[in-house]
Amino acid sequence: MQGNIASAEGALAAGCTFFGGYPITPSTEVAEHMAARMPKIKGACFIQMEDEIASIAAIIGAAWTGARSMTATSGPGFSLMMENIGYAVMTETPCVIVNIQRGGPSTGQPTMAAQGDMMQVKFGSHGDYSIIALAPSSVQECFDLTAKAFNLADRFRTPVFLMADEVIGHMREKIEIPDSVEIVRPKTLAEGALPFAPGPDGVPGFAAFGTGRHIPVTGLTHDERGYPDTTNPARHESLVRRLFSKIEDARHDIADYAIVNDEAEYVFVCYGAPVRTVREVVERLRIPDTGYLQLRIVWPFPEDLLSRFPKVKAFIVPEMNLGMMAREIERHVSVPVIPVSKIGGDLHTPEELVEAVRVAGGLL
Amino acid sequence: MRDDWLREDRLPHIYCAGCGNGTIMNCVLEAVERTGWDQKKTIFVSGIGCSSRAPGYILTDSLHTTHGRAIAFATGVKMANPSLHVVVFTGDGDLAAIGGNHFIHACRRNIDITVVCMNNHIYGMTGGQGSPTTPIGKTSTTTPYGADEAPFDLAELAIAAGANYVARWTSFHVKQLTESVLTGLNTPGFSLIEVRCQCPTSYGRRNKYREPVDYMTYLKTHAVLKEKWERTAAPGAELPADSFLVGEFVRRQRPVMGVPDEA
Repeated sequence: MQGNIASAEGALAAGCTFFGGYPITPSTEVAEHMAARMPKIKGACFIQMEDEIASIAAIIGAAWTGARSMTATSGPGFSLMMENIGYAVMTETPCVIVNIQRGGPSTGQPTMAAQGDMMQVKFGSHGDYSIIALAPSSVQECFDLTAKAFNLADRFRTPVFLMADEVIGHMREKIEIPDSVEIVRPKTLAEGALPFAPGPDGVPGFAAFGTGRHIPVTGLTHDERGYPDTTNPARHESLVRRLFSKIEDARHDIADYAIVNDEAEYVFVCYGAPVRTVREVVERLRIPDTGYLQLRIVWPFPEDLLSRFPKVKAFIVPEMNLGMMAREIERHVSVPVIPVSKIGGDLHTPEELVEAVRVAGGLL
Repeated sequence: MRDDWLREDRLPHIYCAGCGNGTIMNCVLEAVERTGWDQKKTIFVSGIGCSSRAPGYILTDSLHTTHGRAIAFATGVKMANPSLHVVVFTGDGDLAAIGGNHFIHACRRNIDITVVCMNNHIYGMTGGQGSPTTPIGKTSTTTPYGADEAPFDLAELAIAAGANYVARWTSFHVKQLTESVLTGLNTPGFSLIEVRCQCPTSYGRRNKYREPVDYMTYLKTHAVLKEKWERTAAPGAELPADSFLVGEFVRRQRPVMGVPDEA
């Protein structure tokens, strides 16, 4: 099965009943598969919108009816979605956005892989906020993590992103599809509770449109009733800090990762396609003193995992960008962080990573 | 006003003295009440601008969204749950400038929503900039020497793009407007009701309609009933300058989207 199709199937397994999308390479197979599958599912709707702005608008609208909703895109479309991503954050709308990353900026390399949107996903819309971003490194993970994204979106009432790339999206591998996947819907809005009053976890209960709660949803700074209150600094600060903290405070709790050889001195930190090369180097070539941390959830960044390597001398960060997450890692550690940046669309070769270990050894 | 449908705890509203939006809201709410729709199942959606603040004052579920995108959000609501009744409030800038693409595509799909456009020919909320419906020669903060771009005819745009129901009235024609909104709400498919209205603060003040009643008088005296014009005008005759047609422009039954299966 292809990664993009596994992602679509993962969404369907999780009960996704609304997909709004717009064709864009290299994500189009997600929409095509949904277009074929959803009309045969009772109550499900596939709609091809007029652009990516409309696609994300439609899935946010659908989410407020209680539907699990998703869109899929790539770089240029992702850029177009930024304003409404901020709207989903501000209105606490659960939804899933798949980004099959390609080379940018601009139209760039439509058919080549990249990880150049890892900062955009976290910082691309205006204002302070936080989101959840997952990164699959295999077709199986495309399925599993897409299904998981819906649970995270519902639990935290936030847009959740599957940050795959062209290689993973177009790769074909055998996968195991479970009979059913775990489904966790949002906690319901308690009788008499205000629609934007948070629980202890910082997340308000949810009530779908049509259930009689008369919820006014706005992208303006609002109070717990949902009423606009745009010139009160304290109101804005408490709202935005809550939207930020409800995600960031959960970063250790929701961390999804793999650690191999925590006794290593040279530790790769990786996510997405580069994980595959790292595994080759650490697990098959068994280059001495190497280990790795694979992040399946990249944002919120689980910085505590970096302290799980007591003997580490350097973190080596292979990315298909010019060092985006390497910079985040640098904020949290005192040992050297060595980015192995590769752009243009080719994966890192094992030789390149072995060389990085050798250079790291020489530097230290 | 229709107290059951209003959030009285949101008052006072933000509209300026003499604004036409309140009149239009009142007509729309009267029409909605007359449909007999369940308040729980009625959703108001809007974008950004003065018109788009209307849903915030109405006691239903509502989405006050991003600039120009109301119809795209409404499409998601309606397609995900066709049993909901979806009404969009928008303005000329929101609908025809930044939201123009979503507008024509929703007409093409003929999705079962009703769009009420409060067309005051100006960006009121940002202080009176020219919009795609500012008539040639009229003054705004971004057309200080008079607008020199041809305006859109919103009703004609919706007809050409495929909407099932299109009507145009003004904030003066409250009875006709209410009836047309009601027809729009009850017509399966996309309905556009364009309502020309006064913005004394940002449009009237700069265009010799200083008092709200000045522009309402203009609307009253320059609105030409479409039926009457077609009956009485000589073939090929042009409407008098500054006049415009009002009435029900199209009512048809093209294939629709977003209507519940059992309907």
